[in-house]
Amino acid sequence: MAWATVAFDLLLAVGLGWLAWQSMHGTGLFRAVVSFMVFGLLMALAWVRLDAPDIALAEAAIGAGITGALLLSALSRWPEADGSPDVDRRRRWAPGFWMPTAIVLLSLLGLAAWRLPAPGLGVETAAALGLAGVDNPVTAVLLNFRAFDTLLEIGILLLGAVVIWSLGTLSQPLAPTAPSPALPALGRLLFPAFVLASTYLLWRGGHAPGGAFPAGAVLGAGGILMLLAGARPWLTSDEHGPWRWILALGLLAMLAAAVGVLAVGQDFFQYPPALAGPLILLLELTAGLSIALLLFALYLGGQPPVRWDRGPTP
Amino acid sequence: MRVVEWFGGLLVLLGMPFFFSGTLGLLRFPDVYTRLHALAKGDNVGLGLVCLGLGLQSGSLAMTLKLLLIWILMLIASATGAGLIARTAMVRGIKPWGL
Repeated sequence: MAWATVAFDLLLAVGLGWLAWQSMHGTGLFRAVVSFMVFGLLMALAWVRLDAPDIALAEAAIGAGITGALLLSALSRWPEADGSPDVDRRRRWAPGFWMPTAIVLLSLLGLAAWRLPAPGLGVETAAALGLAGVDNPVTAVLLNFRAFDTLLEIGILLLGAVVIWSLGTLSQPLAPTAPSPALPALGRLLFPAFVLASTYLLWRGGHAPGGAFPAGAVLGAGGILMLLAGARPWLTSDEHGPWRWILALGLLAMLAAAVGVLAVGQDFFQYPPALAGPLILLLELTAGLSIALLLFALYLGGQPPVRWDRGPTP
Repeated sequence: MRVVEWFGGLLVLLGMPFFFSGTLGLLRFPDVYTRLHALAKGDNVGLGLVCLGLGLQSGSLAMTLKLLLIWILMLIASATGAGLIARTAMVRGIKPWGL
């Protein structure tokens, strides 16, 4: 069956290249966005083929799902939604410049990847796993060994949401123009399933692929579905407004953990091995909640008004 | 055990023609409504057969139930999505083919 897997991989590689080309040079923005979303799904499949299920989960949830939703929502704000904007592709010098540049960059990247030490840091990670507090090496790296990187990632998400909200208020109607009775029913029916799947992914992160980012993305997608079904975001309303502190909760919790361990005589971000397990679970929980709400806030594309004109706030 | 695995493989193979005809319908049918009709029906039956076949091949009850759950979620999502697309097309004034 070796030839079948090789054929599948080849098909995947060709499909990825073709979709990338389509999303850059296809006619019409809608087409490009859909190509990009399918590209994300195939990319997740490619990560599975490379034995990296963690990255595959993140790619499918964030790369294809949330990014696709963000792009579609941006597209619906485009002044001429159905006509493709005039992008000047007649500049003849452009391919002559970009093609060699791309080839040189790709060869350099390939060379760099080729020269990486073969097992990487896998051996060191496996050796230190006993101190990490979790069984999944990816979670150990993300939330213990290199927790500082994760702190910065969540910080960037928060910064993005703050900047987007500060650019303007949410103006356009949120629900689609032709509401179907099926959509609110679907939202009500499926939202518990979103919460369940997200909790499952979060809990699994300790011993298997999963963790805060896929969990947050799934929960955020559930929120977006509720929004499309006609729900009102409650982040800025009078009675629930303070809940928007959850946006910063993940970052604050990670900072607190990083600085708090100094008090018990450890270095910055160096968890005491006995406390590492519960601490990581707590950080995953706060980070997952924050990521879900941050992705939702990014999707809104503007600060929601303090008061809605009519209708209940869910 | 071998019989169950063979049966699972047979179900997966049986699912393929449904995907094929759904895709054929998407490519060849004249308007958005008929294309939705082909996709929402053909692919869902195909996916059900493939999920059931893979579940039987996996030989684990938990895995089979997970695959069936995926199929059910897909059924709900695909029915709602197809309905939404069709309604939006109606509101935008796209006439069904032949009317």
